[in-house]
Amino acid sequence: MSPLVLESPADIGAALRMRLAGFVRSLRDSGFKVGLAETKDALALLQSPLARRGHSLKRAYRALFCGRRSDWQRFDEIFDAFWFERGVKSGIKISGTSAKKSMKTIRELTDAQGSRQDTIAGDVERQPGEEDEDTGDTPSGRREGASIAENLGQVDFRNINDPDAMEKAHQLAERLAKSMRVRLTRRDRQKRKGPRLDLRRTIRHSIAHGGTPIELIKKGPRQRQLRLVILLDASGSMNNYTGVFTRFVHGMLDNFREAEAFLFHTRLVHVSSALSERDAARALDRMGLMAQGMGGGTKISEALADFNRWHAARVIHSRTCVMILSDGYDTGDPDRLGAEMAALRRRCKRIAWLNPLIGWDGYEPVAGGMAAALPHVDLFAPAHNLDSLAALEPYLAKL
Amino acid sequence: MTLDRDTFAKDLAETGYVADDGLATALLLTEMLNRPLLLEGEAGVGKTEVAKALAKLENTDLIRLQCYEGLDRSDAIYEWNYQRQLLAIKAREGSGADAETVEEAVFSEKYLMERPLLAAIRQDRAPVLLIDEVDRADEEFEAFLLEILSDYQVSIPELGTVHATSIPRVVLTSNGTRELSDALRRRCLYHYVDYPAPDREARILLNRVEGLDAALALQIAELMAKLRKEDLAKVPGVAETIDWAAALIGLGTKNLHDARELVFDTLACVLKTREDQARVTREVTDRLLGKVA
Repeated sequence: MSPLVLESPADIGAALRMRLAGFVRSLRDSGFKVGLAETKDALALLQSPLARRGHSLKRAYRALFCGRRSDWQRFDEIFDAFWFERGVKSGIKISGTSAKKSMKTIRELTDAQGSRQDTIAGDVERQPGEEDEDTGDTPSGRREGASIAENLGQVDFRNINDPDAMEKAHQLAERLAKSMRVRLTRRDRQKRKGPRLDLRRTIRHSIAHGGTPIELIKKGPRQRQLRLVILLDASGSMNNYTGVFTRFVHGMLDNFREAEAFLFHTRLVHVSSALSERDAARALDRMGLMAQGMGGGTKISEALADFNRWHAARVIHSRTCVMILSDGYDTGDPDRLGAEMAALRRRCKRIAWLNPLIGWDGYEPVAGGMAAALPHVDLFAPAHNLDSLAALEPYLAKL
Repeated sequence: MTLDRDTFAKDLAETGYVADDGLATALLLTEMLNRPLLLEGEAGVGKTEVAKALAKLENTDLIRLQCYEGLDRSDAIYEWNYQRQLLAIKAREGSGADAETVEEAVFSEKYLMERPLLAAIRQDRAPVLLIDEVDRADEEFEAFLLEILSDYQVSIPELGTVHATSIPRVVLTSNGTRELSDALRRRCLYHYVDYPAPDREARILLNRVEGLDAALALQIAELMAKLRKEDLAKVPGVAETIDWAAALIGLGTKNLHDARELVFDTLACVLKTREDQARVTREVTDRLLGKVA
C-alpha cells in the first residue's frame, strides 16, 4: 500500500478549524485524553476522502480519539451532539436531584459522623482504650508512627466521639495503608534468587577474576506484588465504620500499584477511578457521587454475584487477595452467598474477611450470611480499631 | 491499493477476515496517520486475526511479539549472544590482539540477536508488527514500547542507534486484564472489537468453513448469539463458532432443527467449563433453538 500524502491543512477554512478545536475541547471536557498530535491528525483527516460522508468521518474520529472502552461507548453521542446538534440524553440531572434528599453521601458520613455522635456523647460509656488517651500511660514501641497512634490504636471506631479524634483516626488509617505498601516491597526485594543464569551480570562480575566466570549471578521471575481487590460494605449497619474504612481503602489504593476497590450496599459499584484521586476529600466526593444509596440495606450475595459475573475475570489473577470489609448482615439468601463465595474462592489466592463486629464482646459469626461465607474465608479478622487494621500487614506480606 | 473503505473491507474479506466498517476505517487510518492500532475486546473475538489478515493483504511478513509478565528488553528488543562472545574472547586470547580490537569485534552485528521489536524496524519491506496481549507485560515494558512506537529507533549502547529502515504497521491487542497507560492509549488508534452480530458471524463462517451453506451459517450464528446471552462463565468466541460449524458439517448436518440431538452433543465445541456444560442442559438448548429461525 502506498502511503497517502495528505494535503497541507492550511487550505481548510478557519471556521472549520475553530469548530474542530471546539469539538476537541468538548471531548477533553468529557474526560477524553486528547493531545495536540491527535488534533493535528484530525485536521488532516478532514482533507481525506473519509470526510466526504459524516458517518465515515465519525468512525475515523472514533478510532483516533478514543482510548478505552468507556470512551468508545460515549463517543457517538458526543459526536452527534456536537456536529449534528442532537441533544445528549442526560442521566446526571435526574440522579443528582432525586438522590440528594434521601441518601447520604460518603462525605456526609465521614464528616458528619463525629458531630452526629457528639450530641449523644454524654451517654456513651467510655472504653478502656480511651482512658489510655487521658493518662498517656501506653505500652510503648508497638509500631512506628506518631504517638497518637498508640492512643487511638485500640479504640473501637464507633466509640470515637470527638471529631478531631475521628479525623486523626482517618488520617492514621490512611497513613497505615501507605506504610504497608512500603514494607511489602522491601520484603519482596530481598527474596530475589532464581533458576536462570543472568549472563550479562555474570560476565560483568567475571572481569574481577580475569574473565573467568567464578561468581554466577542468577535471575528468576521477579517477585511481583500482590494485587488487592477490596469489597467495601457501605450499608446502614456499617455506618459507624464506613468513614474510616473508605479512608483506609483510599490509602491502600493510592499506594498499592495493583488494587481495585468496589463498594456495595444493595448494588455493586466500581469505585477505583474515583479513589485514584490523590486528595482524600475530593476522592470521597467523587466516590459519593458514584455510590448513590449508601447507608441503606445490604445484599452481599447479589453484590458478590455481580462481582463474579462482571468484574472477577478482569480484576482477579492468581496472585490476588480479595478483601471484604463487611459485618456480614445480609438480607439475601445465605445459601446463595455461600455459593458465590465458593465461586470467588476458586478464582483468587486468598479471601480475607474483615468484620468490625469481631471486636465486640461476645460476638459469634452466627448471622445466616456470615456463617455461610465463613468456610470459604482464609482470614477472618477484626477491623474495629487501628491496631486490628495494622495487624493485617504481616498476613498480606506472607502472600 | 485504494483508500476506499469498502474496497479495503472487501480485500480484507478475501484474506479470510470479515471486518465491520469501523475496523476497516481504523485499519486504513493506521496507514494514513502512521499510528499503531490498539484492539481491545474479550478473548476469542478475533483480535489477533486482524493482524494476520492485514499481513496477508499487504503481502508482507507478520512479526509477532507475545507479551507476558516479566517480558523485558532482552526478550523484546535485542540481546547479545554471550556464549559466542565468550568463545570469541577466549579464541583471541593467544593471538595478542589488543583489547580495543577484541571489543570492537565482540560487540558487532555478528553477535547481536534481534528480538521482535528490533527485527520489525530493520526489514526492507514494512512488516506488520503484532504486539499481542500487551496488558500482560509490565508497566516498564510499556514505557520502552512507547519510545519505540514514537521514534521508531532503538539505541544499543555498545553499537549506537538503530534507525528504522521501514516503518512497520503496528497492531496491539489487549484483553483488559490491566489498565494500560493513558500515554500508550493516546498514541494509538483504538478499536473495541465486540462479538460479531449474527449476520457478520455468518459471513465469517461462510468464509472460513468449507461446504457450509448460507442458511445453516445464519442458523449457527443466531444460536451462538443467543448462547452468548446466557449466563456463562466462559463466553465462546468466534474461533469456537468456527470449530462448531466445522463439526456440524462433518457430521452431515443440514438444518439445526432436524438435528437437535447432534446440536446438544456437539456443544463441547463451544462450552469449555464444567459449570457451563451443566448450565446449558438439553432443555436450554431446545429453548434457544426454538428462538432460531
